[in-house]
Amino acid sequence: MSFDMKDLYQDVIVDHNRSPRNFGKLEDADLSLEGYNPLCGDRLTLYIKLNNDIINDISFDGSGCAISVASASLMTEAMKGKSTKEAESVFNDFHHLLTDEEPDLDLEKFGKLAALAGVRDYPSRIKCASLCWHTLNGLLDGSHNSISTE
Amino acid sequence: MTADTPVKPYDIGKVREDFPVLHQEINDHPLVYLDNGATAQKPRQVIEVLDKYYREYNSNIHRGVHSLSEKATGEYEAARNKIKNFINAGSLQEVILTSGTTASINLVAQTYGRANLKPGDEILITEMEHHSNIVPWQILCEQTGASLKVVPINDKGELIMEEYQALLSDRTRLVAVVHISNALGTINPVKEIIDLAHAKEIPVLLDGAQAVPHCPVDVVALDCDFYCFSAHKLFGPTGTGVLYGKQALLEAMPPWQGGGDMIRTVRFNETTYNDLPYKFEAGTPHIAGVIGTGAAIDYVTAIGMENIAHYEADLLAYGSEALSHIDGLTQVGTAKNKAGIMSFVMDGIHPHDIGTILDQHGVAIRTGHHCAMPVMERYSIPATARASLALYNTRDDIDALVEALQNARKVFA
Repeated sequence: MSFDMKDLYQDVIVDHNRSPRNFGKLEDADLSLEGYNPLCGDRLTLYIKLNNDIINDISFDGSGCAISVASASLMTEAMKGKSTKEAESVFNDFHHLLTDEEPDLDLEKFGKLAALAGVRDYPSRIKCASLCWHTLNGLLDGSHNSISTE
Repeated sequence: MTADTPVKPYDIGKVREDFPVLHQEINDHPLVYLDNGATAQKPRQVIEVLDKYYREYNSNIHRGVHSLSEKATGEYEAARNKIKNFINAGSLQEVILTSGTTASINLVAQTYGRANLKPGDEILITEMEHHSNIVPWQILCEQTGASLKVVPINDKGELIMEEYQALLSDRTRLVAVVHISNALGTINPVKEIIDLAHAKEIPVLLDGAQAVPHCPVDVVALDCDFYCFSAHKLFGPTGTGVLYGKQALLEAMPPWQGGGDMIRTVRFNETTYNDLPYKFEAGTPHIAGVIGTGAAIDYVTAIGMENIAHYEADLLAYGSEALSHIDGLTQVGTAKNKAGIMSFVMDGIHPHDIGTILDQHGVAIRTGHHCAMPVMERYSIPATARASLALYNTRDDIDALVEALQNARKVFA
């Protein structure tokens, strides 16, 4: 093969798609918000439990493609225990990582999230990876009833 | 297949040579184009006609007295005549040129529909309609107080004809049905649908967007009241389409959009409208597009629609069989009478991921709801992957599709 699908579908992504972490409704969530990508029908709901401004617990449910499910799974892992300010900062860095022409970012600081960097090369799939992130952002700034990528 | 038109195999190699787009590599693989349900590729015979129009006689039509305008008008109206013959319409007055299937359906909804529907009336559609044969009727219902009724489909994706008959009521004012489903490939029994509606004096509109490129269509034999299709799925340009309507219905319909070409005289206290078909053709049309549509019709007519239908039926049988051997793959839409559209889902792999992996193999398919969200809901799936055939596809294309799907399974194994 002259290409490597592993750039996009890395083991981490395949694994998080098959066995998503923090999957399921958080019964005592303080906040929840649905994100929807009409293009491919991805529909995820994000739940968070806050202690002051710390994300004490976070989960998601719904269905979507491998990229959106893995991204949500990885995101919830990364966000647990973070302050809302830190979450906002990671959101911004991640957004730059996926969409900047030449992101001046150190992949190492993203930890496992770096597995999603390959999405950069698939413009039609960036919305899949960013759906849960936009949902989290909307949830934290409290200005949305639902999030749509279209 | 009619007895007087024996099927003749055509030279597939020669046909493929006519389509420049097909001869390229995508992601280091030869392009395998299986997204014909979305839009078809264009043969050089169409591309050359567009080029010639813009290089040699670009001008506006119908009122010019100079030579270029006369040439453009002549070519434009010649294309209308080709369209008339292609669908066997009774007259040129019955061939309205629009921007596409969607515009054709909206035209009928906003003219015939608004003039004839009142509160309590019903419009009958089916569960397998494209959004473009749902939403214009919903808008019309909001405007008139009419209501929309929907004929359900069975698990194979076939219309339940008993339900159709039961839903044809004294209140039904129009039946609007897709000829061939874009999401399922089902070929609907349109003749039977029309005959049953006509027995109650209900007119029938057919959405022929997916039918016209793949099988012969004879509007007189069908006896449909309206027939809508687009040129771009028929190997012609985008932005061009056709509304066929029976002359008596079109005569009685008020105009839709106002503007140039659709008028006879304009005064501030009174405007009179032009005759058919121009009454429904306001503004400068897509002149090159219409002329290109004529060239596309010449192209498929030379091959023969019967021959194309036969070739694609064989390819569909080969493709359906091949897909049936892929573990974890379920075909969606398994009607007995089916055109070259193969929708499917795979265990553990979202259609969107299938689409991306296939693209890396040079295989272009469509993934998503195919503008038929009610169909997805019917099968409780968010989306499908869809491979759709055209006259230039080959068994090699199917083999490449199967190989790429096997690779998708490996990625997600």
